Amino acid sequence: MQASSNFSLSRAFLFLLKRDLILAFRQRSELANPLLFFVIVITLFPLGVGADAKLLKVMAPGLIWVAALLAAMLSLDSIFRSDFEDGTLEQLILSAHPITVLVLAKVTAHWLTTGLPLILISPLLAMMLGLSPDAMGVLLLTLFLGTPVLSLVGAIGVALTIGLRKGGVILSLLVLPLYVPVLIFASSAVMTTVSGFSASGQIYMLAAFLAFAISLAPLPVAAALRMSLS
Amino acid sequence: MITSNASSKNSKTLEVSGLSCVRDDRVLFEDLDFQLSTGQVLLIEGPNGCGKTSLLRILCGIRREDSGEVLWQQNLITVLGSRYREHLTYIGHHNGVKDLLTVEENIEVAQAMGCSNQTTLEQALTKVGLLKFADVMAQSLSAGQQRRLALARLLVTDASLWVLDEPFTALDKDGIKMFESLIDDYTQNGGMVVMTSHHELNLQSSNIVRLRLG
Repeated sequence: MQASSNFSLSRAFLFLLKRDLILAFRQRSELANPLLFFVIVITLFPLGVGADAKLLKVMAPGLIWVAALLAAMLSLDSIFRSDFEDGTLEQLILSAHPITVLVLAKVTAHWLTTGLPLILISPLLAMMLGLSPDAMGVLLLTLFLGTPVLSLVGAIGVALTIGLRKGGVILSLLVLPLYVPVLIFASSAVMTTVSGFSASGQIYMLAAFLAFAISLAPLPVAAALRMSLS
Repeated sequence: MITSNASSKNSKTLEVSGLSCVRDDRVLFEDLDFQLSTGQVLLIEGPNGCGKTSLLRILCGIRREDSGEVLWQQNLITVLGSRYREHLTYIGHHNGVKDLLTVEENIEVAQAMGCSNQTTLEQALTKVGLLKFADVMAQSLSAGQQRRLALARLLVTDASLWVLDEPFTALDKDGIKMFESLIDDYTQNGGMVVMTSHHELNLQSSNIVRLRLG
């Protein structure tokens, strides 16, 4: 009995993940939006501040991370918005499966469609800004650890504001302060590597953020969704 | 011992006592009491804005009651949580259908989200008359067909309680007849239904209980 219920829970997780990936793939223009934003901000920056290689190298970690953070913010609303509007979110919270697990499936799908593309394109942008190969490796690692945290923490904000007609401003105010630690540790990790030191401290910290967010963020998201729907 | 076990397993009860609902400082209903058991259909009637949908949402546990309690098998539904939700399928105002998924994909997700029963996808789609449209995106279906798709979700899950908010909306005459016979089948096989409707219900075998709000 226990085994069969576990089996169906993993089935529910996989089906929901698959569903959201199919939906994202069928709305490719929305998928491209945060990615384009990310690329445009970073390519415009050298045009704005001048193509001084030294300056760009110094700014690269912070620049890439700020752009990634804003791109993640831009895409947050899509985690639950369409589900809220067509009533599938109601069905989701009425499912017999734990909502926290279903939330995790949705956030995973969101990260795979918005966070992962940023990570894949960032080596190119880092190279353009003249980041050294060492620092690029650390940058990728921080993005791998950091962007899922952005999706998980952002999901809390979205779940809280989904019932409001104009939740956009409140969402930024809610979520941005929580993004700041990720930004600080991630860009500091890359900058430390650029100056030739080990960034393991910052990276462990980011890994801890991720573990913390994966295990705890689904709980407030589930509670907030229930509240927003009632 | 075995028979009493079997009968207690087969007959389920939904009980509401002293229920009230307040919305924007306006009392929609108060001190509502009723009891529903296997094989019965509760038809909630009343003018627009009298709290029918709010009542259904409270029965599902989406909305919290302002006072009173909802009991499933003598247990509070808030305490039962997912052990109550596994017995429940809800079709609300919104169809809960994803426009960008095909009919088939929509049903597959519904099967995975609930406790699915033995009914296959083809059987469910045949019953609601959507088999020809299995590969069609839900966005290109008509409003009535989308409603049928939402109702098909009832057939693939193993629930003992259906909570339906205006299930006949947008359905044609055949659709209404088809769905009435589905309700009959369902109550005969040990299901119970709570629904709102502005149409007159023509059920052959089910025991209809009426509740007037407002």
